[in-house]
Amino acid sequence: MNIIQQDFYTQAILSLAALVGLTSFLMLGQGRLLRLIFVFAAQGLLLTLTTAVAAYSLNNHHLYISAVLTLTLKVIFIPWMLRREVIQMNTHRDIEALHNQTAVMLGGATLMVFSYYVLHPIVQTTSAVMLNALAVSLSVVLLGMLLMISHRQAVAHVVGFMSIENGLFFAAIVATNGMPMVVELGVAFDVLVAAVLFGIFFFHIRTSIDSLDVDLLNRLHEVDK
Amino acid sequence: MNWLMAAFQTLLFAALAPLLAGWLKWCKCRLQNRKAPSLLQPYRDLFKLTNKQPVVAEQASWLFLIAPYIIFSATVLAATVVPLIAVDLPTSASADVIVMVGFFAFARFFLALAGLDIGTAFGGMGSSREMTISSLAEPAMLMAVFTLTMAASTTNLSIAISHVLNEGLVLRPSFVFALFALILVAIAETGRVPVDNPATHLELTMIHEAMILEYSGRHLALIEWASQLKLMLYGVLIANIFFPWGIAETFGAQALGFGLLAIMGKLALLAIFLAISETLVAKMRLFRVQEYLSFAYLLGLLGMLSHIILEASR
Repeated sequence: MNIIQQDFYTQAILSLAALVGLTSFLMLGQGRLLRLIFVFAAQGLLLTLTTAVAAYSLNNHHLYISAVLTLTLKVIFIPWMLRREVIQMNTHRDIEALHNQTAVMLGGATLMVFSYYVLHPIVQTTSAVMLNALAVSLSVVLLGMLLMISHRQAVAHVVGFMSIENGLFFAAIVATNGMPMVVELGVAFDVLVAAVLFGIFFFHIRTSIDSLDVDLLNRLHEVDK
Repeated sequence: MNWLMAAFQTLLFAALAPLLAGWLKWCKCRLQNRKAPSLLQPYRDLFKLTNKQPVVAEQASWLFLIAPYIIFSATVLAATVVPLIAVDLPTSASADVIVMVGFFAFARFFLALAGLDIGTAFGGMGSSREMTISSLAEPAMLMAVFTLTMAASTTNLSIAISHVLNEGLVLRPSFVFALFALILVAIAETGRVPVDNPATHLELTMIHEAMILEYSGRHLALIEWASQLKLMLYGVLIANIFFPWGIAETFGAQALGFGLLAIMGKLALLAIFLAISETLVAKMRLFRVQEYLSFAYLLGLLGMLSHIILEASR
């Protein structure tokens, strides 16, 4: 597969896939919550661009609606909500000390190689472009899980969860050339509902342990008082 | 004819570098709501410094006296390698991009020695910081450039740029990474704001200024000119590698004029971006610089990897 022989759509998809992968790595190494949310919004913007490029080059008009939905939900609404939450909790000046950051980054790189390894057989049934795009989206999913494992703040967990969804969404757009409208609307509203539910969870965690640091949940209430 | 062209282009480099510095200063002043000095102010400064008598400390050795000349000539030699308005240069056939990085390292070596030579505390501090930063920036710079050279399969800048030019508009994921890496390295190497502040003489933060603190008169003029030249070199590298459109491929007067206009426009635009980022971003602590530069290295490495994984034929 030589990139010069590919059409413009493929080149754009490959570039966007590379950038989406990069944003996942950036989120993994980010200690500040506000910057984490900013990078998450940037990933959402890249997804919007992917959807718009797919809509334009496949001439698939309902993908434009999907792009607008992604823009409003994942670039504007959810980051805004998380940001407000962080500022209200007054945790936006804390730098989260990540345990073993080097190990986590190396683990992330291993996951990327792993997803290439896992998806390599599909090259026989489809193009090499699809392999790259799918491998990147699988590694975005795995990196999102790693993000949830390695960070302590509940907000970071939510960002990790949402980025898993981003990875799946990217795979869906690239692999299926646009899902049916009903599915997309369903996914979008799922994300919205999840965001609202997380807001309620934050509220409960905060009122019960007065922090969003989930490591505190491991302590027994009566013992440590 | 070709050699004449190369000499002319190098002269143009040296002549335009203070103008770029003046334009950058103008943009920054406007962004900070200050009244800007004239665009020609760097020329006047250089002229004034050249006419002043240089004052040299008693302890200074011969090294201190010849260092400005070595630094300036090494930077000019580096400028001969980079295509400015036309691609087909005999000088860049004889020296490739690795030689250019070598010239930079050579100039920096002598600058650091000159900083140490006088024996003041500031000079030594500046030298040690400069060497720390450059030892991290150089691999990142080479990584970013190697991405280009792998795509064009040559380390010769002229051929590589004309390769990118003739390929037409190809979106390469590797070039996106390499572009970001090269921008980060350029900011660190030319001593701009997040890494070093060129406008300060505050002892705790300065790097480049600390080394040249003892220089005056024409020595200072040469060093200042060399650093303006270096800024322009990095700008031209970024503009011509990643956005080569407009550069002349033949030596006709029209093509050359258009090439000159194109590169001046691109540099002016880059300077505006640089001024905006310098206004928005605060200077980093010195010990954060290694994180910044390792991020640049990471981007360069990702560029190379994505070239191999996503673009190369298998």
